[in-house]
Amino acid sequence: MISANMAALQVAVPLIGAPLCTLIGRGTRAWLFATLVTWFAFAMSIGLLVEVMQNGAFSYYMGNWPAPWGIEYRVDHLSAFVLLFITGIASVVMLFAYNSVENEIAADKHRLFYTAYLLTLAGLLGMAITGDAFNAFVFMEISSLSGYVLISLGRDRRALFASYQYLVLGTIGATFFVIGIGLLYMATGTLNLADLATRLPRLGENFVVFAGFVFLMVGLSLKVALFPLHLWLPNAYTYAPSMVSALLAASATKVGVYLFLRFLFDVFGIRFIIDTWPLAEIFMALAIIAAVMGSLVAITQINVKRLLAYSSIAQIGYIVLGISFVNLTGLTGAVVHLFNHALMKGVMFLAIGSVLMRVGGTRFVHIRGLGKRMPMTMAAFVIAGLSMIGVPGTVGFVSKWYLVLAAIERGLWPVAIIVMATSLMAVVYVWRVVEAAYFAEPEANHEIAEAPWPMVTATWILAIACILFGLTTDLTIGVAQSAAVMLLGGGQ
Amino acid sequence: MVGFAPFLPLIGAVMIWLAGPRPNVREGVTLVTAFALLAAVASVTPAVMAGDRPEAVLWELMPGLAIAFEVEPLGMLFALIAALLWIPNSIYSIGYMRAHHEKNQTRFYTCFAVALSGAVGVAFAGNMFTLFLFYEILTISTFPLVTHAGTENAKRSGRVYLGILLGTSIGFQLLAIIITYALTGTLDFEEGGILAGQVQPVVIAVLFALYIFGIGKAAIMPFHRWLPAAMVAPTPVSALLHAVAVVKAGVFTVLKVVIYIFGLDLMQGAHPGMWVPWLATFTLIVASLIALTKDNLKARLAYSTVSQLAYIVLGASIATSGAIVGGGMHMLTHAFGKITLFMCAGAIIITAHKEKISDMRGIGRAMPITMFAFLIGALSVIGLPPFGGAWSKWYLALGMMEAGQLVFLAALMISTLLNIGYLMPVVFRAFFPGDGANAFDGGVKEAPLACLAPIAFTAFVCLVLFMFPDPAYQLLLQLVP
Amino acid sequence: MDVLGKYSYWVAIIVMMIGFYVVIDRGNLLKKLVGLNIFQTAVFMLYISSGKVAGGTAPILYDGDAPFSNPLPHVLILTAIVVGVATLALGLALVVRIKEAYGTVEEDEIQAIENREEDAA
Repeated sequence: MISANMAALQVAVPLIGAPLCTLIGRGTRAWLFATLVTWFAFAMSIGLLVEVMQNGAFSYYMGNWPAPWGIEYRVDHLSAFVLLFITGIASVVMLFAYNSVENEIAADKHRLFYTAYLLTLAGLLGMAITGDAFNAFVFMEISSLSGYVLISLGRDRRALFASYQYLVLGTIGATFFVIGIGLLYMATGTLNLADLATRLPRLGENFVVFAGFVFLMVGLSLKVALFPLHLWLPNAYTYAPSMVSALLAASATKVGVYLFLRFLFDVFGIRFIIDTWPLAEIFMALAIIAAVMGSLVAITQINVKRLLAYSSIAQIGYIVLGISFVNLTGLTGAVVHLFNHALMKGVMFLAIGSVLMRVGGTRFVHIRGLGKRMPMTMAAFVIAGLSMIGVPGTVGFVSKWYLVLAAIERGLWPVAIIVMATSLMAVVYVWRVVEAAYFAEPEANHEIAEAPWPMVTATWILAIACILFGLTTDLTIGVAQSAAVMLLGGGQ
Repeated sequence: MVGFAPFLPLIGAVMIWLAGPRPNVREGVTLVTAFALLAAVASVTPAVMAGDRPEAVLWELMPGLAIAFEVEPLGMLFALIAALLWIPNSIYSIGYMRAHHEKNQTRFYTCFAVALSGAVGVAFAGNMFTLFLFYEILTISTFPLVTHAGTENAKRSGRVYLGILLGTSIGFQLLAIIITYALTGTLDFEEGGILAGQVQPVVIAVLFALYIFGIGKAAIMPFHRWLPAAMVAPTPVSALLHAVAVVKAGVFTVLKVVIYIFGLDLMQGAHPGMWVPWLATFTLIVASLIALTKDNLKARLAYSTVSQLAYIVLGASIATSGAIVGGGMHMLTHAFGKITLFMCAGAIIITAHKEKISDMRGIGRAMPITMFAFLIGALSVIGLPPFGGAWSKWYLALGMMEAGQLVFLAALMISTLLNIGYLMPVVFRAFFPGDGANAFDGGVKEAPLACLAPIAFTAFVCLVLFMFPDPAYQLLLQLVP
Repeated sequence: MDVLGKYSYWVAIIVMMIGFYVVIDRGNLLKKLVGLNIFQTAVFMLYISSGKVAGGTAPILYDGDAPFSNPLPHVLILTAIVVGVATLALGLALVVRIKEAYGTVEEDEIQAIENREEDAA
């Protein structure tokens, strides 16, 4: 029963859990419920990945309506991988959330907070699993709307304005996305992704399809925060509650990239990318600018959370760069970096969340001398920082290895050198944090304790994963490679 | 044992950290770990001497990319140097750190042990990836040692240190490694090199440049600034890490890359990097000239190290059998000579609180043993018999002759004269202060025994290396056809 | 090219641009939301007009054999309208909270307040 319907349960349980969470009560009970739902979703995603790895991709038809008419849930290597890391990181973040949310959110809002959280989760999972274009839009809006709510709950009033700005831009992005889908529907008469993929090539050079493609890509680029559509991201990540920053940084933009990959490679196909426009070149240029600008701006920040936000923009640049190589190594690197970046950014946002709780701020002045006061938290931050730089033995190295290798395979030497140069910029901004934490004396002399154990544990689970998946790459690279093979083979 | 030895100091580091609150236990653990490491490294030696190549594959990261160890003669020699010198250096550290009342001593000993793990890992690495991994461990673990004092000056130097070492290694070396992998599909160190016959001379030239500049620890100009900057560290750090482990890891990597990645045939045949010997020569002459102008003793020694490292890079890039053997020998003899000099400089700092050479007139009367050891170290570094340094210069010179590169031979000789020029005055002024008032009438005495004994030991080894160079020579001879 | 024949699309595009312009140009947060809504409404028009079949009736079961309009876009837009309403509600709620927190709903004034805070910190 459960195994047959795992794909549906994956999304349905968090979705139904959300209203239940409001009813079930306040404070700890809401947290416990949300956590259990998240863990259940995690278990489902593990089940799905195992299923996919054993028996290959499969579909689930909602209400037993067959594919082009009903809504299809499509589980393959890529979507199972994305589902796995979103639920996995959400599970860990929930562990962190208990103390963090208690500290940052007013007690009477807890159950509503967790309701919004479950909705976000359901939306993200839905985007990753659905095989229907309009359904993807609906889930995108579910996750976005609840995401705006989560961001606006940050304790600084600037969170409100950040949330508002994100709402306006996010809605424009989503509307562009839906226009694109509408145009494709007009041209083909179907909303099913697989069906679209078979019908689009038959249309040949079609103006409506082109227009639809452009709208889709612009809409998704906004969701992904690809330069120059990244403007909503820094404020949103900076002022959101700690737990929300970690969750969104690790998952929201990643699911955007997932849809990006789906549409680009599965629906439109590799021939479309290569033949129509210098598309790959355009994305490559934007990705390089994102990586360089994001890193440079990150260096100049005085707020560590904002620094991390700009670093995220740079990392999105890496991922899109990997996609723009349009070869196996590059795509593998991009897919695996989705996961790897989620891990390391997760650690960093969680660590800085602990700092916010104990010290009351996230600027450089606040983290001075914390190396001694909060040794576990800062040590985890350092591990993630080394990973961000790309030191071997961490996940960051694995992604960077594939990216540079892909650039060299394509003969794009300057790009390889630029990737290395941005790594050096990462050295600078990570090291600013390390230096403040370990080699500066604290401002005030009052005692600061280490974060509570659930927060430390959550941070360290991800930090250890950073090292573990940096040393054993069978799972991540294996799945990413299968996904890349599928993406490249799909359109030919 | 091969797979275990590089991690032994890591275990020691954890124990040192745990024993932090009790200094005696902590330093006891340091010494025990040092002896254990030496025993572990030494236990591998007979097999390597006999021509074996003990290896251990720990785990595979990605296909063709494994963390693996394989001990070959050069690595054996480097590991022996690092492990052997850690013992006297630890004893010296105990004396120095206590006499100097340094703070954060637990961090100091812990990072020191991690750095040793990095050095032995570099030495035993069976492929370029493993080498790079431990190379970076070495860089990062020594950063807290450089900034140990915690002053603004120390932090600034720390930034230079980390910036250059991480910058070159990630910006150039990692790029070179990935290119090598893209070209050959492997990163294993193989006899005769893995690039031979695979690629265009142009690519070889670019790749060689990336490696040479990427191995910032070899301190080839213009990436040498980190070494003088690192001199703000406590003297034991300068002595072991910045005269032995870190810099030797640099030149060791250069030698490894030349022998096992490019292969000697490729290096001799096509001369793809014929500009490298010129750069090395430039470095060794200019660094010697700068050393002449430095009044701070540690700074002068640092520039001397830059210059001596260039000898080894010169040897590696000439790549004749004599030059390679000479380079390997120089790793050994310079290590013992330079550590002696640094430990002497440290002894002067803790007893007389003098760092400038101009303030050291007549100090030989007050600290005769220290300054006598300094003389031995200096003579060995210069390369005069009866001290170890004579052999390495001899083989290097032989290597230049083999290649018919008389220009470089001449540079070697000029630089030797410069060595005399910047090292001997220190000794002369110490013993023959001239007319100037002798500031060391009373008060200043020899350093504590814990400092003095290691100095005497390493100075003595300089002499022994002259008498019995054969084991090292036999070991290195395996490297060349 | 049949420009006038596709007038429904032209109307949609013009309305869309009007909405988009309001979002970009207006500094008042409320007016921005109005613009956003107009923008979304234009998309609804685009979808619905695409479902129209010339001479078609409403897709209701009845005796006889007449062409009927495609109902799917209508259904989709029903969902999109719900999304639009939710977005508007949330946006308005945020504006209320912003007014409480900053005392203004003008973008430039809020930005000025934030800049002052940034300088003070």
